[in-house]
Amino acid sequence: MPDLLIELFSEEIPARMQARAAEDLKRLVTDGLVEAGLTYGGAEAFATPRRLVLAIEDLLGESPAVKEERKGPRTDAPEKALEGFLRSTGLTKDQLEARDDKKGQVWFAVIDKPGRPAAEIIAEVVEKTIRNFPWPKSMRWGSGTLRWVRPLHSIVCVLSDNGEANVVPLQIDGITAADTTNGHRFMAPEAIKVAGFDDYAAKLKRAQVVLSAAERADRIWNDATQMAFAQGLEVVEDKGLLAEVSGLVEWPVVLMGSIDDAFLNLPPEVLQTSMKEHQKFFSVKDKSGRIVKFVTVANRETADHGATILAGNQKVLSARLSDAKFFWENDLRVAQTNIESWTDALSNVTFHKKLGSQADRIGSVETLAREIAPIVGADVDAAEKAARVAKADLSSEMVYEFPELQGVMGEYYAREAALGDDVAAVAREHYQPLGPSDDVPTAPLSVAVALADKIDTLIGFWAIDEKPTGSKDPFALRRAALGVIRLVLESDHRFGLKTFVSDDDLIGFFHDRLKVFLRDRGIRHDVIDASLAMPNSDDLTLLVKRAEALQYFLSTDDGENLTQGFKRAFNILKQAEDKDGVEYSFGPDPKLAETDEEKALFAALDEAEAKISPAMEAEEFAAAMSAMATLRAPIDAFFEAVQVNAESEILRRNRLNLLHRISAACQSVADLTKIEG
Amino acid sequence: MSKIDRPTSFQEIILRLQSYWGEKGCAVLQPYDMEVGAGTFHPATTLRALGSKPWAAAYVQPSRRPTDGRYGENPNRLQHYYQYQVLIKPSPPDLQALYLGSLEAIGIDMELHDIRFVEDDWESPTLGAWGLGWEVWCDGMEVSQFTYFQQVGGHDCKPVSGELTYGLERLAMYVLGIDHVMDMPYNDPQTPIALTYGDVFRQTEQEYSRWNFDVADTDTLFKHFEDAEAECHRILDAEDVDPKTGQRIVMAHPAYDQCIKASHVFNLLDARGVISVTERQAYIGRVRALAKACADAFVTTEAAGAAA
Repeated sequence: MPDLLIELFSEEIPARMQARAAEDLKRLVTDGLVEAGLTYGGAEAFATPRRLVLAIEDLLGESPAVKEERKGPRTDAPEKALEGFLRSTGLTKDQLEARDDKKGQVWFAVIDKPGRPAAEIIAEVVEKTIRNFPWPKSMRWGSGTLRWVRPLHSIVCVLSDNGEANVVPLQIDGITAADTTNGHRFMAPEAIKVAGFDDYAAKLKRAQVVLSAAERADRIWNDATQMAFAQGLEVVEDKGLLAEVSGLVEWPVVLMGSIDDAFLNLPPEVLQTSMKEHQKFFSVKDKSGRIVKFVTVANRETADHGATILAGNQKVLSARLSDAKFFWENDLRVAQTNIESWTDALSNVTFHKKLGSQADRIGSVETLAREIAPIVGADVDAAEKAARVAKADLSSEMVYEFPELQGVMGEYYAREAALGDDVAAVAREHYQPLGPSDDVPTAPLSVAVALADKIDTLIGFWAIDEKPTGSKDPFALRRAALGVIRLVLESDHRFGLKTFVSDDDLIGFFHDRLKVFLRDRGIRHDVIDASLAMPNSDDLTLLVKRAEALQYFLSTDDGENLTQGFKRAFNILKQAEDKDGVEYSFGPDPKLAETDEEKALFAALDEAEAKISPAMEAEEFAAAMSAMATLRAPIDAFFEAVQVNAESEILRRNRLNLLHRISAACQSVADLTKIEG
Repeated sequence: MSKIDRPTSFQEIILRLQSYWGEKGCAVLQPYDMEVGAGTFHPATTLRALGSKPWAAAYVQPSRRPTDGRYGENPNRLQHYYQYQVLIKPSPPDLQALYLGSLEAIGIDMELHDIRFVEDDWESPTLGAWGLGWEVWCDGMEVSQFTYFQQVGGHDCKPVSGELTYGLERLAMYVLGIDHVMDMPYNDPQTPIALTYGDVFRQTEQEYSRWNFDVADTDTLFKHFEDAEAECHRILDAEDVDPKTGQRIVMAHPAYDQCIKASHVFNLLDARGVISVTERQAYIGRVRALAKACADAFVTTEAAGAAA
């Protein structure tokens, strides 16, 4: 069976788009072929900076013939209807068959669709794919109207079978498919004639093109780590950078260079960020973790083994790091003399036009940090001071240049300002957690300021009605709320959010985030609802403790059955109350208990309530629930033996009051009405 | 060692680019006689990228970025610098090869250097323009921007122009192996009166840095901005047919001069630090409105290929 090779050769495709484009090419072409009846054995797609490639194996040589039947109008239908049917089928009246149908005679068209040669189908599918390719951004060039990610230069489209290769006739906007391509732009620019994928891949490799992005990445990583290892060093892993760099070269050549001694005193984060952001260099560290060298990936071999290229790169790096060093030294001068001048300067920086300046914001974070500090065991004055300098680095030159170093620089600078390591750490840690997998700070000062910063942000944006909607959350408020939740829960701090947050809608937002958070931890949504409905649910630690105990309780046999018993009691009570228009909340009188089961229930309630109250008082939910569980058998027995709606109104009322007592005992632990099933 | 003949001065690099692009068929134009932030502002690019008429031009454009002033001290940051600009419409299929040829012409040996095309989407909010292309890296250094214009002044570019922009000082420093721009030979270092870039520009960098940052009168500048904006609209509001000659004379270029002026005044105000973050967007929007109006006018003219 034939194999198909497609290569779309263009000017340089952005690295970040290549992998996706290869997949799209494979999907669109194979889907199109299969839809037209051409099934295949296997398909693989590749991308380099200049080409998208698709190899399909064992493709049908032609699509199978199909007989298509289409039902038309009734034979006695108006002429117009028949004309329309003939037009849509492309047949003449004498080619139709009249068949009997339930409703009379109906015209049928039987269309024999002969198989079509693969080449014809491929040409159509490839053209359609190119014209409708889902590039994130595409462009026109020259005088043409075709759109591609960058100018498309040539197309290889070769169908090969039994050693014979044929070009699939195909033309798009003046580009005619052929069986020739080009090798590496600089090292092997000559035209190459190819006869199929294996031939193509082999010839390209000789022409200094590594087709597979994974192979290029492996080569880069292996060469880089080997080179570093040979000198007792280690390359700092960066998968994103590796993927990007693999998309910038067809023939990766790894070169390792030194960082001038003058820059080795810069913080490693600065070296790494500058090298990565500006130069796409990997950092290479020594045993002590200091970054001492860099790895760059060139796109070619040279007669001088990369000496010129490396010298150039080194020079560019030195210029970049001179800038960084200049910023660092300027910043240190400010940090050592008057770090708070940076905070003052933030009064000129708008945080949000409705919320004022960054300095205003820092002021309110300071106030809030003072209030939170005692709760989390931090010194009040230290918390205020830490909040004041935590964002000072936003005024520094380094953070202006590399915004992603905010906090990291702040810690260095606060140390220089001799504010103490714990205050300095706040600058970095108060931004944490930055995502669901990021660490949560544990040092009390950091927790105080991190909470104050996030809560203040949320209060502010709620006040100006800038809440997240759908997928839009430009100020990362969901992340802030989740951060608060994790900060509270992971350090077991106890306070009601309402102490600081008066907006019920914002409390609701915290609850929504908490639900998502707890659901990810396997807690049932109805359990969360049952816990949320209880008092003090703005105390997140309490809330989670209750939910966890309830989840466990419900997983036991007693728990499940008790819930059923509770619900039965609750429902009967509710119905009676609705019907009678009164609340049965008087204490039931044990003297009116008739049966043993009823008496036993009174006794069981006395005993359980005596345990539940103190347990709840002590927030020992598990104990409260196991006390509650002892009610299961008496409740079941009671319902088995006793008719609640007794003839005697006195008995009925007493029993309804008894149901209320059951319900109240259970409800004091969690709102079991919210439990499903 | 190298088969490539290396230039020895800043001006030689410029001359080589001029003759290279001249030989490749570009009209070698002169710089535009107004203060602009980049070579793109020259009407030979902004306006000529519009319309259907073929165009091929190359020129040096002195460019001013007041906020980049460093009193002549920074090794490569200047408030006044030169760009080399090439614009060809429609973009030829071998534009990349032509571009690489220009690098060889100024002494970059492709056999020894590593040239890479790194994604760079170009957008000029003030010109209402965007295009796709690359930063071109030579041994890790950005030496040019390469852009296929898709839209200018809000109009689709049909055909598409290919634009090349070389930052001349940085490129020349690299080719000549110079670490500080002020040390770069401006003319042939072997001549009796050898001049460095610093001899020519150090003092002006100091003078303009001081003026840009601290002395320029902001009230006057704000007034200049308003005046230029008003004049631009006034020019475009004039009747198409000139009552004196009876001919249709749409004054797209004089109006565009006012747009350029407004843009530069905005840059000066920005350097003086008197434009807040919110106002910034509003000012950029006002300049863009002028650019669009000028583009709207230009596309109706003969130079844009509109039927006379």
